[in-house]
Amino acid sequence: MSWFEKPATPSVRTPMEAIWAVCPACKSYVPREEWTAAQRVCSRCNFHDRLTSRERIDLITDAGSFQELNAKVTFADPLKFEDASGPYAAKATATVAKTGLNEAIVTGNAKIEGIGVVLGVMDFRFLGGSLGSGTGDRILLAAEEALAKRRPYIVFSASGGARMHEGIVSLMQMARTCAAIARLQGAGIPYISVLTDPTTGGVSASYAMVGDINLAEPKALIGFAGRRVIEQTIKQKLPDDFQTAEYLQEHGFLDHIVERKEMKAFLAKTLRYAGC
Amino acid sequence: MSDIDFTKPLTPWQIVQVARMSGRPLIGDYIKGMCSDFIELHGDRVFGDDRGMIGGFATIGGERVMLIGHQKGKSVEENIKTNFGMANPEGYRKAMRLMRLAEKYHLPVIALVDTPGAYPGLEAEARGQAEAIAKNLTVMAGLRTPYIIVVTGEGGSGGALGIAVGDTVLMLQYAVYSVISPEGCASILWRDGKKAPEAAKAMKITADSLLKLGIIDEILPEPTGAAHSDPRAMVKTVKAAVLKCIKELKVLPADELVVRRYAKLRRMGSATL
Ligand SMILES: [Zn+2]
Repeated sequence: MSWFEKPATPSVRTPMEAIWAVCPACKSYVPREEWTAAQRVCSRCNFHDRLTSRERIDLITDAGSFQELNAKVTFADPLKFEDASGPYAAKATATVAKTGLNEAIVTGNAKIEGIGVVLGVMDFRFLGGSLGSGTGDRILLAAEEALAKRRPYIVFSASGGARMHEGIVSLMQMARTCAAIARLQGAGIPYISVLTDPTTGGVSASYAMVGDINLAEPKALIGFAGRRVIEQTIKQKLPDDFQTAEYLQEHGFLDHIVERKEMKAFLAKTLRYAGC
Repeated sequence: MSDIDFTKPLTPWQIVQVARMSGRPLIGDYIKGMCSDFIELHGDRVFGDDRGMIGGFATIGGERVMLIGHQKGKSVEENIKTNFGMANPEGYRKAMRLMRLAEKYHLPVIALVDTPGAYPGLEAEARGQAEAIAKNLTVMAGLRTPYIIVVTGEGGSGGALGIAVGDTVLMLQYAVYSVISPEGCASILWRDGKKAPEAAKAMKITADSLLKLGIIDEILPEPTGAAHSDPRAMVKTVKAAVLKCIKELKVLPADELVVRRYAKLRRMGSATL
């Protein structure tokens, strides 16, 4: 089934973009300065816009504490995949050049209010945060680091799901990452999952949904199957709040929705309950 | 599919057609043909009993096992009941309950995979399709009993994987296993669902490709003319292969089994390890 669908990416590119930011959710114009100062949270509708992995790490961790792990682990092209728009390898290489990232997640050791953690932060700019073999490797290796050091593991997800260009190999990342997390949980080490906009498809159906604690940012899109696929299947219109963080919490799949500005303190507090 | 010439190698798209063909043996045929006993165990204990995913105690060649798998139907009426083998969250949760029961009773798990995918519906989302599959992935990875998978028809994405993490993965010659249907992939990456034959080729979804990629362990040959032309012979092949796996795995201590399974998953589909 086509549960991998690119979530709609509202275009914020306007000629005025240096002065104004446009909220992707409510389309309000917000002065760029105000938008940045608010950590890209809309003052009108409280939508939490996407952050880069670097911005997220700066917001969540103690200054200077982040030490990246496995920075050289990058994408592979196991299928030698080529579609209508050309080879995957070329597309991925171009993404590396454009974003300065070499995978859809950055992982490392860090401190949150003095508590040592292993942290993974996905970056939607890298091929829609899709789950490739390099992504899976980094998530798995970071889980092994958390196990070896007996540190809590925190993963921020932001992903459209599987990376189709890696085919079945992408699907296997769901199994690999969950296997690594199962070992952590078996060893009594805390694992906290934070779902940010968007967390869909194979990422929602693997490591993002099996936290001891599942958190999310307000209004984040979270779901397994794509909205269009569901509408075509059941031939009916879906509720407006369908597959939002609020909908997921109401249905029992999220422990708490946490505002961006509260996230660091919330994580620290939760980790102390976990004995850290 | 009378236009397929089985004396020549099939294209990936032809193999997709064969994998979906009506008349291909389904879970009921395997239960009838290879189990001397089967006690179905119903329900997830929370919501209901999904007919798109079934399971129970089974005896295969004298070996007691837990058999689970997707259930497609043979007729329109059956397919309405079984949802064309597309399970809902309660199906995955029933499977998880049976996996844990198998662990408790020291029974090997045999999982037969044949689904277009997990059901993409409003209710499925509301009841946590993602959570149900994700949970199963963590449970299977650490299950302290042998886990053997046979991809018999369509291995459709997360809906297939939700019962397909284990020690040994067998795959029928004309089965397919993929991250997305060729039609879905074509409509996204080619922007044209009619390019499904190209997508089927590019995604490497056939048994021979998957063996090379290290995703499966063994290809089970189909009778000349494919499984639907001689279901009895097919069932016999599957039975013999499953029994061989059970005998190999059941002598391993549970600790070793779990360590081996993790080592396998760690390497499988890795970019660097
Ligand atoms: Zn807004």
